[in-house]
Amino acid sequence: MATAKMRVYRGDSSGGGEVEYDVPVEEGMVVLDAIHFIQANYDGDLAVRWNCKAAKCGSCSAEINGMPKLTCKTRMDSLPLDKPVTVYPIKAFPIIKDLVTDVSWNYKVRKTIPPFKPAKDTKWIMYQEDVERSQEFRKCIECCLCQNVCHILRNHDKKDAFAGPRMLIKIAELEMHPLDTDDRQAFLRTDAGLGYCNITKCCTEVCPEHIHITDNAIIPLKERVADTYFDPLQWLLKKFSGSSKQ
Amino acid sequence: MEIETHTHDVIVIGAGGAGLRAAIEASARGASVGLVCKSLLGKAHTVMAEGGVAAALANVDTKDDWKTHFHDTMHGGKLLNNWRMAQLHAQEAPDRVKELEHWGALFDRTKDGKIMQRAFGGHTWKRLAHVGDRTGLEMIRTLQDKGIHSGIDVYMECTITHLLKDGERISGAFGYWRESGRFVLFKTKAIVLATGGVGKSYKVTSNSWEYTGDGQALAYEAGAELIDMEFVQFHPTGMVWPPSVRGILVTEAVRGEGGILTNRNGERFMEKYDPERMELSTRDVVARSIYTEVMEGRGSPHGGAFLNIAHRGADYVKKKLPSMYHQFMEFALIDITKEPMEVFPTTHYIMGGVRVDADTTGTTVPGLFAAGEVAGGMHGANRLGGNSLSDLLVFGMRAGMGAAQYANEIKDNALKIDDKDLELGTEEMLRPFESEEGENPYTIHQALQETMGKFVGVFRIKEKLQEGLDELQVLKERASDLKIEGSRMYNPGWHLCKDLKSMLIVSEAIARCALQREESRGAHSRVDFPKYNDEVWGKVNSVISVDGSGEMRLGTSPLPQMPEELRKIVEGGYK
Repeated sequence: MATAKMRVYRGDSSGGGEVEYDVPVEEGMVVLDAIHFIQANYDGDLAVRWNCKAAKCGSCSAEINGMPKLTCKTRMDSLPLDKPVTVYPIKAFPIIKDLVTDVSWNYKVRKTIPPFKPAKDTKWIMYQEDVERSQEFRKCIECCLCQNVCHILRNHDKKDAFAGPRMLIKIAELEMHPLDTDDRQAFLRTDAGLGYCNITKCCTEVCPEHIHITDNAIIPLKERVADTYFDPLQWLLKKFSGSSKQ
Repeated sequence: MEIETHTHDVIVIGAGGAGLRAAIEASARGASVGLVCKSLLGKAHTVMAEGGVAAALANVDTKDDWKTHFHDTMHGGKLLNNWRMAQLHAQEAPDRVKELEHWGALFDRTKDGKIMQRAFGGHTWKRLAHVGDRTGLEMIRTLQDKGIHSGIDVYMECTITHLLKDGERISGAFGYWRESGRFVLFKTKAIVLATGGVGKSYKVTSNSWEYTGDGQALAYEAGAELIDMEFVQFHPTGMVWPPSVRGILVTEAVRGEGGILTNRNGERFMEKYDPERMELSTRDVVARSIYTEVMEGRGSPHGGAFLNIAHRGADYVKKKLPSMYHQFMEFALIDITKEPMEVFPTTHYIMGGVRVDADTTGTTVPGLFAAGEVAGGMHGANRLGGNSLSDLLVFGMRAGMGAAQYANEIKDNALKIDDKDLELGTEEMLRPFESEEGENPYTIHQALQETMGKFVGVFRIKEKLQEGLDELQVLKERASDLKIEGSRMYNPGWHLCKDLKSMLIVSEAIARCALQREESRGAHSRVDFPKYNDEVWGKVNSVISVDGSGEMRLGTSPLPQMPEELRKIVEGGYK
């Protein structure tokens, strides 16, 4: 049986470094299996978050050979095993221990998003073609890989000004819900910092659910906000109707 | 004793579908609610539910109604169900599903714009509201969205290790923060257990790591009764290959959408076992059929059956079963729009659990409530697919209601916490750090999983069950001295020590009940007693409780008597 050299980051907020482990590789094995092997056979206190091990819960995000991925979905045979495999915690969030980071900021931001607001007298009739846009965004498993690679959060640490791609698709999902009546454009422009996104599409590339974050959510949101705030005709209409919801 | 303390009217343990729904309800009824969960919010096992939520909405098959759903559920459970739970479930599921839609859920639609419903095993009509094959995710997101705007305090990554009582009544819960390892006390009037199932006691399982029987064990230790623990559902279709993904669920929706099961000779073997319902027979029957085919030498290359959906066409499969398409493509390098899957039974669900009152979900301990998979009775000897998500909603809501009513009646909270209990809890939890020669918890866990799979699996027999029980005693001994390394900070080895204690309790309960019930019924198949025994075992629930000396007590209690009008529904050839 082949053996992989795993170099796993071990440490906490006070510092740390790579620790190397030899792990036997079975057919079809994923990186999370290797982590579990290390826990059971070498270091029982190696910290990692995981739940389903089936790519459905989005708990086990890490940076494998420098690439942000779900460890449960990354097959060992997709990696060059002639070199050591490095596993690091996601970088955009403060480390707690080993592969576990403090992602509580995401929960705080999510709570500020104005929730679903249906009309009082709706009959709850919706057609498949109308729900599909939001359904795409509701596939999100909240793994935060998009938040992790977004350079506004990762390199510029603008967490005070920008909500990040995950939150933008959450807002898009509500805005495009056929029966929602709220208007989140002011929120998008100010609190969520939509203008910060310069469409580099890094978020879309890492999404394990293959959600078209940039093309289907962020760009349409930007268009709506631009229409409302910067199109003179729309601005005038808004003055009279008092609403900007399309 | 100095300890971080939080005070609420109601503490809900577990933040899956049942826990979230309970917390939302209790909060809406004026209770101050704390929601405590082992993982991050939104990661609970509910997220993995795929096929749908069963409710007689009659959007697709207009003849459907609660009576037919009740009839199907009772027959699926081989009449061992708590009739009142099955009745409430069938009657209230449609409202609970519609409520989700009112909170923002986006189910797949019918042509006329209503909630779409699909066929599933054991359901007379097309009954499962769904979103492709990710219905659980839709449900948990909707409840999460509703929950975070409901004034609930959420305590994430926090494990409850002990329930505390003042005399007979619940007065608090003791536990620790996973991140820091610090201990924490929740003072409360009422507790709702919504901790899910026990699958991690088995090696081949569709369950996430959280499913370690915490709620069943906490309730048992607090003096509550567990019923029907022998009924563990082996889902017929888990992945087989590669080894890393063995046990991961292949949704029943594959069969609901027309999937066909064949053996290595290309025979559609369900014709032999259930010619009428074929692949959409109940889960117990399909699981035994696949198991038998493989054991008799007609299995697929990796020891399973073939499940084929390719004939529905690539576009349809990708649209209705997108997760399955990706799951096989990425984990097994198999394109299910072209090739068949290989499947074999996997430990999926426990029908038994904490005994509850149907209307309030109250257990036999005052102030302790239980809802969802942790509770027993609703599904009898076998659960129908789709009836779990609806169970979470119906009884989650009722648990929130029951707990809030109970808590609201206690005007001044004079309930006491005994310092001694906190000291004992602390001491027990810290023991593995002090052990010199204790065992590795991971080693014991692996041995437990082997034992349960080998001796208390799909088919059971007296000698093996006895052997399994002996093994469990040995493991219990070994687990009494565990040793771990590192600090209390986010230490999975330490976390496992506590989980292991819970798993050993529930495993023993399962094995003892399985040995006691000398018949085959639903998911419980005894090779030495292959038939139903309605005269004896059809009339009783198995009951587990702790006796005065801390030993496990095993017995039975008579089934609750069904009223005449419901009996007629059950006995009628309902359609």
